[in-house]
Amino acid sequence: MKRKIIQMLGLALMITATLLVVAILGVVLFDLSSKGAPSISWAFLTQSPKHGMTEGGILPAIFGTTAVTLLSTLLAMPLGIGCAVYLHEYAPDNTFSRLIRASIRNLAGVPSIVYGLFGVAIFVQFFGMGASVLAAGCTLGLLTLPSIITTTEEALRNVPRLTREGALALGATKWETIRTVVLPSAVPGILTGVILALSRGAGETAPILFTGVAFYTRYLPGSVMDEFMALPYHLYILSTQHHAIEQVRPLAYATALTLIGLVFMLNLTAFWVRAKYQHGKD
Amino acid sequence: MKRRLFWDIFFKKALEGAAWVSVLTLAGIFLMLLINSVRAFETISFAQFFSGTAWNPAAYGEATYGIGAMLFSTFLVTLGAMLIAVPLGIGTAAFLSEIASPRVRNILKPAIEMLAAVPSVVIGFLGIVLVAPALAKLFNLPHGLNALNGAILLAVMALPTLISVMEDAIHAVPKSYKEASYALGANRWETLVRVTLPSCTSGILVAIMLGLGRALGETMTVLMATGNAAAMPHGFFDSVRTITATVAIEMGEVPFRTPHYYSLFACALILFLITLLVNVAAERIAAGYRRKGQ
Repeated sequence: MKRKIIQMLGLALMITATLLVVAILGVVLFDLSSKGAPSISWAFLTQSPKHGMTEGGILPAIFGTTAVTLLSTLLAMPLGIGCAVYLHEYAPDNTFSRLIRASIRNLAGVPSIVYGLFGVAIFVQFFGMGASVLAAGCTLGLLTLPSIITTTEEALRNVPRLTREGALALGATKWETIRTVVLPSAVPGILTGVILALSRGAGETAPILFTGVAFYTRYLPGSVMDEFMALPYHLYILSTQHHAIEQVRPLAYATALTLIGLVFMLNLTAFWVRAKYQHGKD
Repeated sequence: MKRRLFWDIFFKKALEGAAWVSVLTLAGIFLMLLINSVRAFETISFAQFFSGTAWNPAAYGEATYGIGAMLFSTFLVTLGAMLIAVPLGIGTAAFLSEIASPRVRNILKPAIEMLAAVPSVVIGFLGIVLVAPALAKLFNLPHGLNALNGAILLAVMALPTLISVMEDAIHAVPKSYKEASYALGANRWETLVRVTLPSCTSGILVAIMLGLGRALGETMTVLMATGNAAAMPHGFFDSVRTITATVAIEMGEVPFRTPHYYSLFACALILFLITLLVNVAAERIAAGYRRKGQ
């Protein structure tokens, strides 16, 4: 009898823990949408901030985040996919490939603020890009590289060996096999990884802090050498650095909701691609 | 034919080049931090940096560069985060892997993935608008921007990693272990606590290390929600300023190529080495039990 009661208590503890974790997500979503939604309007999404950011919208921040994130993914995609293809299709299990794998695992654990410093030292100063869309895009690109490599390799692992051998048996070279057979059937898996990398990049603040993000810009960036506004940084400014923090709280909530809406939309797209792909395989 | 072979070799080399980028980046980050840190120690004494607790590089009199209080703050917040997140993580992972039906699992797992996707700046924002007032009210404090707030937020950020790695570890325990336990008359709880969890302690340890690494390096949440007082904290109710927050605050304002500028790279180097150590340790443990499993 006593054993049964202990089992019930243990089970209750586990369920409580699980419910708590799920409740956190619930609280995040509920609080942001209940307090952010009233301030979101078409005007909010399509206007620039006005009167010292106490009124107006967040268009430059949406534009900046989109531009930098797309640029970072464009830069990281060829490198990340290339690295994964090399590791999975070419690399023998030797010291060099183990070194690459160890580097990727450790890069994934490097704090994002350290990437920010690296961006300042290398892209902003050494390559002379200045604080710009380009410097921030390069920094974010490096940050998302490990996750693109890992997901791409996972996708390649799911391509059956027989498909490769079929192509090779027909006389294709190794590269032709990869280009015409392996990569096309890994596209959904790679796409999932790339979308998740986009989502991660869109929400990062620390790496762009010193590499190009601006408190306020009068115009949208005209080239990749301009400074830009970004949603996460705008939220940070509105909630901690603004001169009238209480007054702009509704705008901060609306910015947070926009950001999380963007990120969740990307994640749901990735889930959808993954689900469709897994379904297709069965 | 010649052209096809040319492209075959060309792309092999190009892909190998892409693979080098990650090695070069990691080496580049380390060298960049090291070179700039060395310059910091041309003017700042080693002893002061590591044993001093006062961080005041912009003082009117003599600037002081002591990393002690920041280092302690970083560990305090991280320790708090782990104390909250580890029990929650084990409970949730055990529930997902051992109790939940596939249908429940298919709902819960994406929810946890979504939690992982919430940007750190949004978590920090909620720390200001939700957690801080709640803490202030609960513990009768003037404001709730303190180490405890940071610990709670970091726990939230570390939880998805903890849960997913722990769940994999629990899931990997051979079925025969559990069946043997059931055959001896143990119930599900006894089996979980006495057989399943003890046989995957190294996997759980790996999860904790990875969560720890994530929490140590988190910047925006602690920057926004811990109050940023550079003094040595006395407990969880004091405002603190972590290494990451210090770099984030000061890097934007500091003039290039001054001792203060270089000192921030030294802070980042310490942080980089600590997280590297934690990650390598996690890897060693993981490699150890992978070998044992075969």
